Amino acid sequence: MELNCKHVWAHISEYIDRSVPAEVREDIERHLEHCEICSAVLDSTRNILVLTADNRTFELPVGYSERLHERLEKELGSAEVSQDDES
Amino acid sequence: MTAAGTTGAAKERNEAELIARVLGGEKDLFHDLIRPYERMLYLTAFSIVKNETDAEECAQDAVVNAYRNLAKFRGDSKFSTWLVTIVVNEARQKLRKAKRAKEESLDETIDSEEGEYTPAQLTDWREIPSEALERKELRATLQKAVADLPGIYRQVFTLRDLQEMNVAETAAALGVNENIVKVRLHRARMMLQKSLAPYLKKTAAPERRGFWRKRPWS
Repeated sequence: MELNCKHVWAHISEYIDRSVPAEVREDIERHLEHCEICSAVLDSTRNILVLTADNRTFELPVGYSERLHERLEKELGSAEVSQDDES
Repeated sequence: MTAAGTTGAAKERNEAELIARVLGGEKDLFHDLIRPYERMLYLTAFSIVKNETDAEECAQDAVVNAYRNLAKFRGDSKFSTWLVTIVVNEARQKLRKAKRAKEESLDETIDSEEGEYTPAQLTDWREIPSEALERKELRATLQKAVADLPGIYRQVFTLRDLQEMNVAETAAALGVNENIVKVRLHRARMMLQKSLAPYLKKTAAPERRGFWRKRPWS
């Protein structure tokens, strides 16, 4: 089936996740071969996902890990793991 | 796939052992148990409360709660999923309290059934390499675009794309069905493409062709 651009856009996310059915995947790939716009939409989306998922993009606050373990240490010192439900 | 699967299974066995030992009295091992998930706890909370201080507090509360309730973890879900569920609940509670204090209604964005999520249409995308993230303004631009997503989309995006949780785990952590996860993720990605691609193309794409010949991965 010949897909138009809107159909391709509707499947972009699933296509990236490789969760589109094989026949739809083939249709999308045929479309991408000749459609510069859809190719750029796909490439830019993938690129943006790689950049946002990079650990440098969302940094943890300075000292976060130390404070987390300090808080946990206090808890460990003061409590026992409850072995039953609510008591 | 097989390699990742084996690693995952080994990790779960190791976690199950750690959990058993913590419950058996070696409680300091709980530090090691949660260490791989520090980032996940923070980012998940941040995607809901949208504030660094609150997100950190939620992460701490979640860790303490997880410790106190460890005996209730049955191992029928992954430890990571269980932990995310706890931090999601902490963050939602905090958000509700903050909203109540301000006498605002919860702005739960409603998914519209139909709704065109049209991407930004451009041609000739030149890949922005990850090294470009050394520039602070690029990081700030990406952070803002994610922060500007409506909450329900930002949360799914954070779990799926920033933390690489699968659809089922994301659905379980957020208490929605898998189809909703897929729909929201699709929309989140399209919204990000639309808000970021035109701007990035103008400002962040490398100018010189020569740069590309040096790409180590091509």
